Amino acid sequence: MTQPSNIQFGYRRHPDQARADGDAAHHAVVIVGAGPVGLSLAIDLAQRGQAVVLLDDADRIGEGSRAICFSKRSLEFWDRLGVGQRMVDKGVVWSVGRIFHGASQLYQFNLLPEQGHKRPAFINLQQFHAEAYLVDRVQELAAIDLRWRNKVTSLEQRNDHALLTVETPDGPYRLRANYVVACDGARSSLRQMVGAEFAGKMFEDQFLIADVRMTAEFPTERWFWFDPPFHAGRSALLHKQPDDIWRIDLQLHPDADPAVEKRPENVRPRIARMLGHEKFEFEWISLYKFQCRRMQRFLHGRVMFAGDAAHQVSPFGARGANSGLEDAENLAWKLDRVLRKVSPEALLESYHTERSAAADENIRESTRSTDFMAPVSRQEARLRKAVLSLARETEFGKRMINGGRLSVPSIYDSPLSTADTEVWRGGPRPGASMPDAPVAGRGGETTFLTEAFIKAGTRFTLLEFCNGAAVERPDGVGVIRIGGNDGLGDSAGLVGARYDAEPGTAYLLRPDGYVAARFRHPTRTALDVALARATGHN
Amino acid sequence: MALSTSSNFAKPDDAFRAVVEAHRGLSDAQSADLDAALVLILANHIGDLDVLREAIELAKRRMIEASQQQQQQQ
Repeated sequence: MTQPSNIQFGYRRHPDQARADGDAAHHAVVIVGAGPVGLSLAIDLAQRGQAVVLLDDADRIGEGSRAICFSKRSLEFWDRLGVGQRMVDKGVVWSVGRIFHGASQLYQFNLLPEQGHKRPAFINLQQFHAEAYLVDRVQELAAIDLRWRNKVTSLEQRNDHALLTVETPDGPYRLRANYVVACDGARSSLRQMVGAEFAGKMFEDQFLIADVRMTAEFPTERWFWFDPPFHAGRSALLHKQPDDIWRIDLQLHPDADPAVEKRPENVRPRIARMLGHEKFEFEWISLYKFQCRRMQRFLHGRVMFAGDAAHQVSPFGARGANSGLEDAENLAWKLDRVLRKVSPEALLESYHTERSAAADENIRESTRSTDFMAPVSRQEARLRKAVLSLARETEFGKRMINGGRLSVPSIYDSPLSTADTEVWRGGPRPGASMPDAPVAGRGGETTFLTEAFIKAGTRFTLLEFCNGAAVERPDGVGVIRIGGNDGLGDSAGLVGARYDAEPGTAYLLRPDGYVAARFRHPTRTALDVALARATGHN
Repeated sequence: MALSTSSNFAKPDDAFRAVVEAHRGLSDAQSADLDAALVLILANHIGDLDVLREAIELAKRRMIEASQQQQQQQ
C-alpha cells in the first residue's frame, strides 16, 4: 500500500477518562468518526471558535482508496478549511469524461467547460491522502481534541445533553455532550443506538473495484465502457489517481461468487485484457453490491447524522463522500450559531430539510445510473440498447446515456431562503451555491470570488455590485464589493454575468456559500428580514 | 390537458400503416427493439415531460382495462 507514513495514530489517555461516571466531562460537541466528513466538520466548527471532541474507534486511516473523486464544491469547502491547495497539488485534476460502447467512443463531456474558476470540476485523490491532510490540519487547531481508539458503545438522550459511554484500551468512560454528530459511516453504530431504520434499495449486480499500479499514458479523463471488447456484456470504468494508481471498476454478473471473483488470479486476466498488458500490480481489490438508502430523519434528539451514516448511494457519480462533505459545510455554521445561542435550536431542523432533500436527489441520480448500467428487465435492456445505438447518430441519444451523473451541489428549497420578488435572467437563485468567478484585487492581482468570500470571514456576507452609496449592513455581516473605488475589479465581466448583476444588485450569502436572498436594490429592512429568516428567526 | 388525443393526421390510415409496415418481416425481438428506439425518438421530438407522462398514463390505462376484462371473463 502506498499510504502516507503518518497514518498510524497513537491512543492517548485523556483526563476525562479519570472522572467518575456521575461526574462525566461535559462538552459542547462530540463528533463520532474521523473520516473525511467528521474531520472536515470538526475543522469548520473549530475555525468558528467551537471546542470539538472527535472520537474514532480505530487508530489509523482506512485502507484502500475508497472514495477517489472530490468535486469542485468539496474543494471550495476545503479551501475554507485551509486544506484545498494541498488536495489539489496532490490530486489528479480532470473535467473530461468519455463514454464508449464496444470499441468505439459514443460521447465526450466536459464538466467545467468555462474558464474563470479557482477549482477544477474534479480531482481524483485517494481517500487516505485526503484524510491524512485533514488530520494534519486538525493537529494545527488546539480547539479539536481528537481521540483515537475511542469507541462509543452506548448513548442515552437526556433533556439537555446526550450521555455517551466510550470504550478505550484503558476501559470505558463517559462523556456528556450538548450535541453529538454521528459521522461513523455506512455501518453507523450510533444509528443503531438511536433505533433508526436505514431502509432502501439493494442492487443485485456486483461490481469489482481494483486499484492497480502501472505507468500508462492514458489521458487524465474518466473513461466508461458499455459492453467493452475486454469485458463482454458488462460495464467498465477507468480513472487515474495520483502515484501511478489507476482505479478500475468492473461490473460482474449478479450470480458471480464474491470469494472467487476477488482472488487476484481471477481478477488479473480480466484487467490484462482491458489494459492489453500485464505490467501492473494490485494495490487494493474490493467487491461489492450497492445500496441506495437514507435515514428518515437526520436529527434524533441531540444526535445529528452526516455522510454515509445518514445516506448511501451507488458510487457512480461521486456522490458519496462529496455529499457527506456538503452535509458538513451545511451543519457547521448552523451548529455554531445554536451553540453561541445567536440562533434558535430550530435552525438545526433546516439541516435535515436541506440535506435530506439533497440525499433524495443523490439517491435518485445514482439509482438511475445504476439501473442504466444494470437493466432489470428485458425491455429495460432493449431501451438501453436503443439509446446506445441512437447515440451513434443523434445528440439526444448521447445525452440519454447514463454512465454516472457526476456530483453537483443541490439547490435547496429551503425555509432559510427569501424568494425572489424581482426579475432575474440568471445568476444563482436563493438556495443555490455561489458560482466562482475571477476578480482583480486592488493591486490588480487576479483572485477569485471564493477567495474573497474567505477573506470576508466565511460568514453571512453581502456580495454587492457598486452603485454609489452602499447599503448599511446588519451587524456581523461581511462584505464583498465589486466595482467602485474600493471594490474588486471585474474587468472580464464574468462576476456580473454569472450573477446577472446590475448596478446596485446584492446577494446575501450564507456562511456555507449558498445564496440566502438577492436584491436589485437592497434596503436595510429587506436585509434584516432576509437575515432573520436565514438564521432561523422566523 | 397537454396531450393531444384529437386526430392529428389528415390520413390516419397512412400513419397506422407506416407503423405496421415498419414491423413487417421482423421477429418479435426485432420488433421490440424497433419499438424501443421509436418511442425514444418520438419522445425526444415531443420534448415535453408532461405530455410524455400523459401519453404513458393513457397507454397504461389500456393494459389495466384489458387485464380487468380478462379477470371478468374467467
